[in-house]
Amino acid sequence: MSRRGAPGPYLGLLLALLVALGELPQVRCSEQEPGGAHGSNQGFQVVTFKWDHVQDPFIIALWILVASLAKIGFHLSHKVTNVVPESALLIVLGLVLGGIVWAANHTASFTLTPTVFFFYLLPPIVLDAGYFMPNRLFFGNLGTILLYAVIGTVWNAATTGLSLYGVFLSGLMGDLDIGLLDFLLFGSLIAAVDPVAVLAVFEEVHVNEVLFIIVFGESLLNDAVTVVLYNVFESFVTLGGDKVTGVDCVKGIVSFFVVSLGGTLVGVMFAFLLSLVTRFTKHVRIIEPGFVFVISYLSYLTSEMLSLSAILAITFCGICCQKYVKANISEQSSTTVRYTMKMLASGAETIIFMFLGISAVNPCIWRWNTAFVLLTLVFISVYRAIGVVLQTWVLNRYRMVQLEAIDQVVMSYGGLRGAVAFALVVLLDEKKVKEKNLFVSTTIIVIYFTVIFQGLTIKPLVQWLKVKRSEHRDPKLNEKLHGRAFDHILSAIEDISGQIGHNYLRDKWSNFDRKFLSKILMRRSAQKSRDRILNVFHELNLKDAISYVAEGERRGSLAFIRSPSTDNVVNVDFNTPRPSTVEASVSYLLRESASAVCLDMQSLEQRRRSIRDSEDMVTHHTLQQYLYKPRQEYKHLYSRHELTPEDDEKQDKEIFHRTMRKRLESFKSAKLGFNQNKKAAKLYKRERAQKRRNSSIPNGKLPMDSPSHNFTIQEKDLELSDPEEAPDYGAEEMSGGIEFLANVTRNETTDSPSGIDNPVFSPDEDPSILSRVPPWLSPGETVVPSQRARVQIPHSPGNFHRLAPFRLSSKSVDSLQLAEGPKEQPHSSPPESTHM
Amino acid sequence: MGAAHSASEEVRELMGKTGFSSDQIEQLHRRFKQLSGDQPTIRKENFNNVPDLELNPIRSKIIRAFFDNRNLRKGPSGLADEINFEDFLTIMAYFQPIDTTMDEDQVQLCRREKLRFLFHMYDSDSDGRITLEEYRNVVEELLSGNPHIEKESARTIADGAMMEAASVCVGQMEPDQVYEGITFDDFLKEFAGISQSLKRWVGFRRPGAQSLDSVLNTLWRRSQTGPNCPSQRNQCKGKWRFPFLA
Repeated sequence: MSRRGAPGPYLGLLLALLVALGELPQVRCSEQEPGGAHGSNQGFQVVTFKWDHVQDPFIIALWILVASLAKIGFHLSHKVTNVVPESALLIVLGLVLGGIVWAANHTASFTLTPTVFFFYLLPPIVLDAGYFMPNRLFFGNLGTILLYAVIGTVWNAATTGLSLYGVFLSGLMGDLDIGLLDFLLFGSLIAAVDPVAVLAVFEEVHVNEVLFIIVFGESLLNDAVTVVLYNVFESFVTLGGDKVTGVDCVKGIVSFFVVSLGGTLVGVMFAFLLSLVTRFTKHVRIIEPGFVFVISYLSYLTSEMLSLSAILAITFCGICCQKYVKANISEQSSTTVRYTMKMLASGAETIIFMFLGISAVNPCIWRWNTAFVLLTLVFISVYRAIGVVLQTWVLNRYRMVQLEAIDQVVMSYGGLRGAVAFALVVLLDEKKVKEKNLFVSTTIIVIYFTVIFQGLTIKPLVQWLKVKRSEHRDPKLNEKLHGRAFDHILSAIEDISGQIGHNYLRDKWSNFDRKFLSKILMRRSAQKSRDRILNVFHELNLKDAISYVAEGERRGSLAFIRSPSTDNVVNVDFNTPRPSTVEASVSYLLRESASAVCLDMQSLEQRRRSIRDSEDMVTHHTLQQYLYKPRQEYKHLYSRHELTPEDDEKQDKEIFHRTMRKRLESFKSAKLGFNQNKKAAKLYKRERAQKRRNSSIPNGKLPMDSPSHNFTIQEKDLELSDPEEAPDYGAEEMSGGIEFLANVTRNETTDSPSGIDNPVFSPDEDPSILSRVPPWLSPGETVVPSQRARVQIPHSPGNFHRLAPFRLSSKSVDSLQLAEGPKEQPHSSPPESTHM
Repeated sequence: MGAAHSASEEVRELMGKTGFSSDQIEQLHRRFKQLSGDQPTIRKENFNNVPDLELNPIRSKIIRAFFDNRNLRKGPSGLADEINFEDFLTIMAYFQPIDTTMDEDQVQLCRREKLRFLFHMYDSDSDGRITLEEYRNVVEELLSGNPHIEKESARTIADGAMMEAASVCVGQMEPDQVYEGITFDDFLKEFAGISQSLKRWVGFRRPGAQSLDSVLNTLWRRSQTGPNCPSQRNQCKGKWRFPFLA
């Protein structure tokens, strides 16, 4: 309970802010006149206070700040957020804030206006939903989703409207100025399940994917129905009930198809455009993410302009473009898009719910009619349940995997109404719909009821009913491969048995996609790397690498790689009698595709070990050494158009990986006894020769420093390495390479001795640092990094010398074996003078 | 066989052997004749006439599986030159759904059979082991649909997958011990871990159904030639189902 107090200060702060916000305009207004008058008399003013000038953006920014701070506040207490969905909390917060503002100056200036909602708040949420839509799941259940979205929504609208009308005729609601069409209009706007609310609540509940995609897909796709029903009934109301003809009804039905299909088409077209554009953004990486947002937003606006379903447009834009865009844009841009989209969506969601709360604090809109409100609540819940049961009954005759009773309960219960309904009801014209206020207040009550009450109870309900939850597993390579094999077998069996089924269509589509669409819409390089299986492979390798580094950090050093036996050791003999092995491994190194990121240490190790011919290895080494262009200085200039020198990083990373691999190998060989040792020695000689060649030039321009400031371990010290010192320190120096890798980074300024003792724990430690610095270079098997690398990193043995005495651990066998290194090693020190 | 077909005696025998309904057998027979060009047997070349099959990257493996003696239950290894209708049905029977009325043992058995089919497809030299070489072959073919992936990548991936399989199946290994290939037991073991996410691909699971069953059930049922399990028969009237209804 003590934690509950935590949001207190935040709330207090928010309230203060808000009161100030409410007061400010008035205060300012009263001062404005005299101030202005005086100003003209006084001539030039050094400081002027221009509230009016910034008022609107200022208030908007402040609201966003308040909402975001509130979010922080909520999450201070896990107890609360575990039980209460955030959306409900935000609504309550909105109510409180609205109450305070109202109490302060008795105005309700802040409401969620339809314009703001439809133009600025809704698009990011829907785009986010579309862009991250699990396509296979979505299209796999498209039939089900469409049925619920179309028939279900029509059913809800019709039954709710008609039932309310029936009750109205019975006189239970008292005297209201409402006709049948008004009821139907109300029914149509209250019928639609709201994507924002559903997302907000279901994301916290974690039901299984099928259930989620059905409810969520329904809430997205029913927009077309809602828009059409709303427009049709609104125009009918405008016309007047008696003038509606059969032709109008037919027109209404036709308009449904036009609106939904048209919206979808607009979305697909813009998705095509977007994919095409991103194919050519190679040289303007920095604005790449912008295209994604701008073009998607244009699709929304375009279909809005053509009075088509805007939500459908932007949803399908997201769904269709995701594959190509993700393949085309760079890794960084993709991350940017991902985060920006999530940020916008989550921000918009926060604001929507808060404003839903605030909007309610306005006495002008409240018109209470108990019977109407209560009956609406009852009807929407009951008819939703009936509709779900009926449709599921029909669907289950065709679905292979049945929707069970439990699923149906959750689906009925998950029919949350939200801001779309509110925005629509606010849009109503009071002149035409006489009881607009009653509708508005009822809608608000319905939203509050569904979001707060159902949102609160759905989690316990799901737990109680033991609905299958979603589960997270790591991707596995075999899994993908078998899955792919399954897909192919099934479609082949379908082909052979002459049947057209689900697999058939998917197969045809993926063929079409591969043959035409991908060729047009994807970069060449992207076409190559965008195979699903490759992706998993890539992912796995990346994860290996990360966990590897993380493990190193955890243990305080990377020394654990010396004892590979602690981990799961598996041996697969990769040494197959293929004649092409040598050739293959050479090309393997030359390519920069998936296998270049292969960091699966074990497999690499095994692979390397199994290559018996040392000549072969020499080939590798040579290739590795000359793989890189000469390194230039990093540019430290500010540039608006360049974020990071990408290739450099990549190169660094690769050098890092390669060196790491080397290191591993040397450990391994040390462990595996004499045979390998010999081989290593042989290799080492070649290496040395090579290295001598390579390092002769940098050696020449060495700044000879005096050996006076030995043990002050500083950044500077590391850079100005002194080869003369080398022989002073004994045999164990070389094994220090790994441990102090973090210290070699030059942007680190820790100079306390403790930092050396266990440098890996130094504060600004992160993987990027690790990967930027090709760190330890064991003398035995040094990869000579390109010149660039040498400029960057003081990697030579000379550097290591100073640190050696501070290092403690790793006096292992291999360190002795390696120890012979430094004496023979030519001291190749980096030409530090270059850019520091 | 056309004449024999009308005599329901034989059909009944086939029904008993394969578990297909008479409707399905009839339908499959029509298809069989169409494929074979009214011959009593089908040869490998006949499958080339299926136009849609051409795009399937593992086409050759699948066709081969139809002639594999192990799948035909005719011998431990080798390939048949041609198969008759009964053999055709035997192969097709691998793709039948797991019947909901079966008890646990039968379900296990059924599942094993299906996995064995897949295993046999991988294990091309019939030595009871998927060696690295064989696995590489499969992966290469699987990825051959994408013209931009070189064989090398495929090989690297196969290597990675093999490592993964080895670590799943064997766990700790002595440094000098070498994993020779995936045996069928390993294969089953591997699948026990995978099943959960296979479900995810399929997209949905039947609540209450047990792990792998529903997966294979769904997977293989998709490909069946028609409704055949009794509980489903009355539910799925037509041969064609609405494609998006999953």
